[in-house]
Amino acid sequence: MAEASGAESGSSGGCWARIGAWINARLPVSKFYQSQLLEYYAPKNFNIWYFFGSLALVVLVLQLVTGIFLTMHYKPDADKAFASVEYIMREVDWGWLIRYLHSTGASAFFIVVYLHMFRGLLYGSYKKPRELLWIVGVLVYFALMAEAFFGYILPWGNMSFWGAQVIVNLFGAIPWVGPGLVEWIRGDYSITDATLNRFFALHVVAVPLILLALVVVHLWALRTVGSNNPDGIEIKERKGADGKPLDGIPFHPYYTVKDVVGIGIFGMVFAAIVFFMPTFSNLFLEAANFEPANPLSTPEHIAPVWYFTPFYAILRAVPNKLAGALLMGTGVLAFAFLPWLDRSPVKSIRYRSKVWAFALTAFVIAFCGLGYLGMQPATGAYVIAARILTPVYFAFFLLMPFYTYKEKTKPVPQRVTYHA
Amino acid sequence: MKRVGSLAGLAILAALAASAAALGADSPNQKCIDSLGTANADVGNTASLQKGARNFANYCLGCHSLGYMRWNRVATDLGLSEEQLKSSLILTGDKPHDYIRSPMPAKDAEQWFGRAPPDLTLITRSKGSDYVYRFLKSFYEDNSPTRPTGVNNLMLDGASMPAVLADLQGVQRLRFHLEDEKATGSAATKVCDALELAQPGRMTPAEFDGFVHDTVDFLTYIGEPVKAERESLGVLVVLFLAVFTVFAYLLKKEYWKDVH
Repeated sequence: MAEASGAESGSSGGCWARIGAWINARLPVSKFYQSQLLEYYAPKNFNIWYFFGSLALVVLVLQLVTGIFLTMHYKPDADKAFASVEYIMREVDWGWLIRYLHSTGASAFFIVVYLHMFRGLLYGSYKKPRELLWIVGVLVYFALMAEAFFGYILPWGNMSFWGAQVIVNLFGAIPWVGPGLVEWIRGDYSITDATLNRFFALHVVAVPLILLALVVVHLWALRTVGSNNPDGIEIKERKGADGKPLDGIPFHPYYTVKDVVGIGIFGMVFAAIVFFMPTFSNLFLEAANFEPANPLSTPEHIAPVWYFTPFYAILRAVPNKLAGALLMGTGVLAFAFLPWLDRSPVKSIRYRSKVWAFALTAFVIAFCGLGYLGMQPATGAYVIAARILTPVYFAFFLLMPFYTYKEKTKPVPQRVTYHA
Repeated sequence: MKRVGSLAGLAILAALAASAAALGADSPNQKCIDSLGTANADVGNTASLQKGARNFANYCLGCHSLGYMRWNRVATDLGLSEEQLKSSLILTGDKPHDYIRSPMPAKDAEQWFGRAPPDLTLITRSKGSDYVYRFLKSFYEDNSPTRPTGVNNLMLDGASMPAVLADLQGVQRLRFHLEDEKATGSAATKVCDALELAQPGRMTPAEFDGFVHDTVDFLTYIGEPVKAERESLGVLVVLFLAVFTVFAYLLKKEYWKDVH
């Protein structure tokens, strides 16, 4: 106590400073904060497309937190799962809100990730030196798809059951090992309690761990090479006398405060869906899933949730099951090869050719069109349309080395475009 | 080129919006079905919910359970006292905290009807309120030997359920014409021209519509009892976020003043 009264000038501040120094001597927290936020320079010309990275992080945290609370009342048991979800919706305090946040969050995750990936296409964010950053991002996307698929079975509704049935059976198309593999995945001769239990384990422990690890590596790679920007210029190449990039601004406070605005706007849209249209006209929560799983009653149309439907449409466009499954897998994997398929030296669409703009537009139309077709029954005109759009989808990737070779690009400016 | 970017972005949003407007399946009976009207379910109308609860207890509960819902939750939400609950709704001897279960044993039910009557807690969520509304209004006389109940239903051909409400609604007959199914080449099927009231029941058509409206309001409430609370809370949450976003934007503007 004598010591405390002796250090009268700002005794509490001194106390905190000493605690801080004690920690920093053992774990460089301040250094980390300084290097990653205060002295991490981001290009000052980010536009609306640059909100979706931080939003994906926000949704990830939302899913983790709401997911933890859901597991407190959810029962991964084929006899109890469906009822336990209704128990959460009716009897757990705020259970309905937590469940709707989680179910809406799943779709929101894919919306922001798709927009985030599209941003990469627009401004060439996958190009050197960001190839690994992009590939890790594609792995995050794969993990997210696995997480969504395993999560979708948990309510044990009829669409959960039949969706899992269809997707798991795809592995049966693999020659020789197929049937054994399907049995190994299900842990039984059909989709049963054993399947539900293991998918629960994968959904709440295994895949989230992988997802988190990949997100950390993704951010690590980002901090190493720095963010791209709408002009596709490397800001590190033009530094001022003080050694700071001329077109860079400290991430904190500039982008933290800007991202909060993005979170506010996103939050309004998200809350509007959670509170006023949680099923989003059957897209986020499907009507057929309000019936308990029933192996004897197949829903009229088995369709996955909207974020898988582009690939589902590709699968159904091919008459052969194995070929369809392989093509679907290729369609997802193709993203990983973008850094080498695209041979144009220019990153941003602002300075690239009309050919590239056309190819990207055709791809977006094909992707969205297939997404729509994947929700429709696989009949007549729908299948024909899917058979037209599938080649368009793949042409974007396969022909890219040709239409980007010696592309007629415009001169790229030295400094970023920014209007205060 | 910047415009191409925003155009492509718009294309994504437009495609999402287009897919949100899910297509409804068109049945050859669509005109008849449309003429049955829609439920316009209103879960905020407590009087209607109370009447619907009474209708359900009197006419449905004999066979159908609401197995994920407790009696006392209904009482609380519908503004009924425990006494009222016991005297007018729980006709089965259950306790107020019990789940709402039909007294009919499922095994017997399967024997009697061919299949056990489904639990109706989530029927309005899986099929929609309009479906239930139209289903309850579209029983018609069908004395073909394949119909043990002597009735059929326009919404669910071959329904196992008998016309429980015929006493109130009366007996409807189907006016129809035969149409060949060219696509499948199967035998001609009946296509509905109109549902006609052949024999009036205890209620006028308008009274019966009201009866079904109340019942469907109640079942819509049962499908998602928190709906009214969810929507009123949602207004506050969105308003809060709007105010929050305005201040966040002003803060951002202040900070970004020194970026040139």
